Amino acid sequence: MSAVFLGLPTAPAGVGHLRGDRPFPAAARDALRDGQLRANLGRATATIRAKRAAVVGEVPDWEALRQAGAGVKRATLARLDEHLLELEARVTERGGTVHWARDAAEANAVVTGLVRATGAGEVVKVKSMATQEIGLNEALAAAGVTAHETDLAELIVQLGEDTPSHILVPAIHRNRAEIREVFARTMPQFAGPGDAGDLTDDPRRLAMAARAHLRERFLRAKVAISGANFAVAETGTLAVVESEGNGRMCLTLPDTLITVMGIEKLVPTWRDLEVFLQLLPRSSTGERMNPYTSLWTGVTPGDGPQEFHLVLLDNGRTAVLADEVGREALHCIRCSACLNVCPVYERTGGHAYGSVYPGPIGAVLSPQLTGVEDNASLPYASSLCGACYDACPVAIDIPSILVHLRGEHVEAVARERRRPTPEALAFRALARVMSHPRLWRAAQRAAGLGRFLARGRPTLPAALPPPASAWTRTRDLPAPPARSFVQQWTREHGA
Amino acid sequence: MTAREEVLARIRTALGDRRPDVEVPRGYRTTDDRPAGVLLDVLTDRLEDYRATVLRCAADDVATTVGAALGAALGGGWSPADVVVAPGVPAAWRPAGAAEDDGRPAAGLTAFAATLTGVAVAIAETGTLVLDGSPRCGRRALSLLPDCLVCVVEAGQVVGGVPGGLARLDPRAPLTMVSGPSATSDIELQRVEGVHGPRTLVVVLVAAPYGR
Repeated sequence: MSAVFLGLPTAPAGVGHLRGDRPFPAAARDALRDGQLRANLGRATATIRAKRAAVVGEVPDWEALRQAGAGVKRATLARLDEHLLELEARVTERGGTVHWARDAAEANAVVTGLVRATGAGEVVKVKSMATQEIGLNEALAAAGVTAHETDLAELIVQLGEDTPSHILVPAIHRNRAEIREVFARTMPQFAGPGDAGDLTDDPRRLAMAARAHLRERFLRAKVAISGANFAVAETGTLAVVESEGNGRMCLTLPDTLITVMGIEKLVPTWRDLEVFLQLLPRSSTGERMNPYTSLWTGVTPGDGPQEFHLVLLDNGRTAVLADEVGREALHCIRCSACLNVCPVYERTGGHAYGSVYPGPIGAVLSPQLTGVEDNASLPYASSLCGACYDACPVAIDIPSILVHLRGEHVEAVARERRRPTPEALAFRALARVMSHPRLWRAAQRAAGLGRFLARGRPTLPAALPPPASAWTRTRDLPAPPARSFVQQWTREHGA
Repeated sequence: MTAREEVLARIRTALGDRRPDVEVPRGYRTTDDRPAGVLLDVLTDRLEDYRATVLRCAADDVATTVGAALGAALGGGWSPADVVVAPGVPAAWRPAGAAEDDGRPAAGLTAFAATLTGVAVAIAETGTLVLDGSPRCGRRALSLLPDCLVCVVEAGQVVGGVPGGLARLDPRAPLTMVSGPSATSDIELQRVEGVHGPRTLVVVLVAAPYGR
């Protein structure tokens, strides 16, 4: 069953950041030419892979936790409507207000309206994928509200007028020297001549510059906007997992807190958090536990914001839910382990994917949220090596979903063109040959031609004529062996 | 149709009529029967790995140990008036002359150099302290704004793993899980301790010290 046939709306175009300007191969080609980018990414992903491997390796029941994580998410999705209604009731009981948004435009309108109602001209933000996805900062700017990103990497991206390239570390593509340059150029504290003279590229010094830059903003902020890592249906509890304390500042100091959350971030019971609070930190930053996790339920008198709004966002998620294979992508807890182990991501970086969700999970999530026709190149942005599946803390079978989406794309193109692609024709012919013994034997004999072309080398030359060149340009096609298995068997054992 | 009705209708369409009950496999560890002494050692090891300072003392030695910790963190010229204490912290833990949180607007807490609180529970395996907004832990801003946080943990509050820790907590309380001083890995994924939250974390473990 496919979402297309149920007619569930996907994330609308023209708002938010789920679609790139260019197909993946074109963007990737440019990224690969950037030696600095490749060096930055290579160093950063190697560091995080080693840290993750070490802290995952010390957990004897890791696989059991993974299976529990996958099970909780399956249970969540199987009764998503009931769990959402329960969450709404619990949050409301505790003095919060719940809003529902069909898509990015509606969520932006709801949040903008809420901020305007407070009279605030600026907001502080906790790093949030959902608000990146819907382009909330742009919507707020259009309404005359300044949004200050407070996560260090988001701040680097915002001050550098850049775009995020990683789920966890949006500025992973920047090295310390580049970050120093951005800070020295943009932070008011370095505005005077010579003020940035003592700003070195030592990460500690740069972090302190960010602390000084944001301190005053935290203390004067009236409104904060956050995402949520988890929400517990049975208790109405929301959770934000972070490191720097910027999240705590935003969740604690302002009068009004607005949380934007995808409808799939739910877990049914309080107990379920015991699984994810073990899986997430080890998978994302490679720590046994992240420095700070904040959990809150509605409003607490005398402690923290006295006005709390929760915005529940669809924006294509129900279309993903309708696909029985693809819906597993909604299990994602945004840890980014799959990015860090992906040989494609490590080389191209996140911008090439065009969406705020890069890497392997992005390659299955973005095309489903937008409809595969709007991100048609992403399901192919993978070698299907399976490293992402192994690393995923909730065991999302990303390679299988990629293959499933490729199939959907091929069928959609065939329907639209009313004629199959050359690739589809080739595989159709292959299927016919492989299901007819006589044809198959003839084809094997014809493989001798391949041996002739290879001229004794182990692989066929890359310069095969079109249309075969589209494949061989980027793939090594092994030269056929002197004898097929069947021929060898017949020779040794008789027919 | 409201957005609420429409999103719910979409979910029902997507799921169809079949609503299988999903059994969650919970084959992971939910209890930890290691002896209390081992758990204290694990907690200490984890906290020190996060660059927190851990001091052990006996129950009648808490105030002295807290004073020594503050001296080390704030430098020789520290004054008890620079220290703010959560309202439910026992008198026997407080350095003489420390201020009690008077509920002033949160931004006013930046006037203090250090905070002293208790905890609701501590999780050894992950080196995590949980503060729950109770009088002994104080409101959330209290453990956030002053640059040095001193937490007193009693041996009986230490559990082995995350499941044991969450089971002891009230989900409706404003909870803060603290695992080390604030930190970031956002620059080349190199960990730097101390960003917006307290840059110094001192944990006073109330348990018979080694060798007694």
